[in-house]
Amino acid sequence: MVVFASALTFFFVNLAPGGPASIMRFDVTAEQRDVLIRAMGLDRPVPQRYAEWLAAAVHGDLGTSLLTNEPVSARIADRLPNTLTLAGSALLISILLGIPIGLVQAVRRGSPIDHVLSLASAIGLAVPVFWLGIVLILVFAVSLHVLPSAGVTSVSSDTLWDRVTHLVLPAVALATTILPTVVRFTRSSTVEVLHEDYVRTAASKGLAPGVVIRRHALRNALIPVTSAVGALVPRLLGGTVVTEAVFGWPGMGRLALEAAQGRDYPLVTGLTVVIAAIAVGASIVVDLAYTWIDPRVRLQ
Amino acid sequence: MSRPGLAALAVLALIAVLAMVGPALWTIAPEATDPVHGLAGASAAHPLGTDELGRDVLSRLLWGSRVTLLVGVAAMIAALLIGLAVGAVAGFKGGWVDAVLMRFTDGMLAIPAFFFILVVITVLGTGVGTLVLVIGALSWMPVARVVYGETLRWKEAEFVLAARSLGVPGGRLLARHILPQAIPSLVVSATLGVAFAILTESALSYLGLGVQPPLPSWGNMLQRAQQYVFTAPVLAIYPGVAITVVVLAFNFLGDGLRDALDPRRRR
Repeated sequence: MVVFASALTFFFVNLAPGGPASIMRFDVTAEQRDVLIRAMGLDRPVPQRYAEWLAAAVHGDLGTSLLTNEPVSARIADRLPNTLTLAGSALLISILLGIPIGLVQAVRRGSPIDHVLSLASAIGLAVPVFWLGIVLILVFAVSLHVLPSAGVTSVSSDTLWDRVTHLVLPAVALATTILPTVVRFTRSSTVEVLHEDYVRTAASKGLAPGVVIRRHALRNALIPVTSAVGALVPRLLGGTVVTEAVFGWPGMGRLALEAAQGRDYPLVTGLTVVIAAIAVGASIVVDLAYTWIDPRVRLQ
Repeated sequence: MSRPGLAALAVLALIAVLAMVGPALWTIAPEATDPVHGLAGASAAHPLGTDELGRDVLSRLLWGSRVTLLVGVAAMIAALLIGLAVGAVAGFKGGWVDAVLMRFTDGMLAIPAFFFILVVITVLGTGVGTLVLVIGALSWMPVARVVYGETLRWKEAEFVLAARSLGVPGGRLLARHILPQAIPSLVVSATLGVAFAILTESALSYLGLGVQPPLPSWGNMLQRAQQYVFTAPVLAIYPGVAITVVVLAFNFLGDGLRDALDPRRRR
């Protein structure tokens, strides 16, 4: 998967018109251009360069940034913790809010609560993340002055609490990229499970409704939700680009934006590969969660 | 169709009419600057106020609706064509072609699309044409899956076998007998696809990688608005509400069409 992403990116970057060979500015002479092209190895065939790039990448060497001349891996490592914190918090918010909301909707299907929450998640799906971010800044930072609008920490105080307050708005904004979908999946799969025979049996033998839902329905309802969350991780990670831009969050998304604006090919390629690797890592975690929720998988 | 679906259709029709005739009725040019009256509030001359360069916000919203809707629809058509080709060929040919194409589709789905969009724009630069192609090239996967599923489902059906036994060639079989079965699902995918394309366009334009000023789009209107969020917060409100309403309407229309076209989902 990661190799697929890297190959796609590498070949696209190197074969498309306007690729690395054309970035040399107009004020260089033909000889200088030749020297540069040879120094960067651009005179060799693309598949060969990809093989060399891949061999180096396996050892953690993703090349050198064109803008700053630092190693790409160092620049990414610098930003990686911030992005993981942001995306991890957003994922946590989506799961911890999305599953209970979907559950309530399924249990109270057709009630006013269900309709209001359905409308809310429909709106959540339609709101652009960056605009929601601006509105959140407008409300909580500009009008109410309760939360900071940008950055990871304040200049004056770098405490844990300070970091948490800086994290709240971006994490909430990013969470809306997947929260409505988590709610919808939880609702529909719980509605289905509630029609199952074993749920009716549990209810008819006199168990309290709460017990039926918690012990019998929830676990089975969560199985499709888990795989849905796994499929949503790439979307969540993609959302970091916009969210980090709105909130001035120094993560990989903003780095990718800077790299794109500065046409820093090695950096953009490296970032895409690392993000794809994170997405794959997340799907492995989801698979593990699967075996924990559904013991039948373990037996196979 | 369901009531929300019909309401969504009415809203979209209204917005389409506004986009078509609005710029003709409201004649202030969207690019006309008036720095002295920048960031002005609502007035008779500018019902929605002006932006930081004194440009009329109402005019920019109306012209922006054209850009936003056109890019959204064009990108959806691009995604539809790519998805149709990949899904139909994979489903119809089967074998290794199927394996390669559908693995490729899965791979594209697993890459965080926005990062790849940045890669493409790094190389190709910005522009409306590039924007349409980029969004199309990164959102065809759901269409491909739908078409693939329908092709597999119908290619062994009796009426298809009958046509095949009469000597109908493969391409014609696909175009005349199999793909028409996928039209209802494609209509739904296309409607939801426009919503996705508009969201993506607005985000890219907000980041400065999509529609370039002075051409207005709802996304790039928000790019500047954030800087003036302290002095002129309403600037950030109008385009965002516009995007949300249009995307919401397309989503409701898509859901309504799905329920109307698929009897099994009616409850």
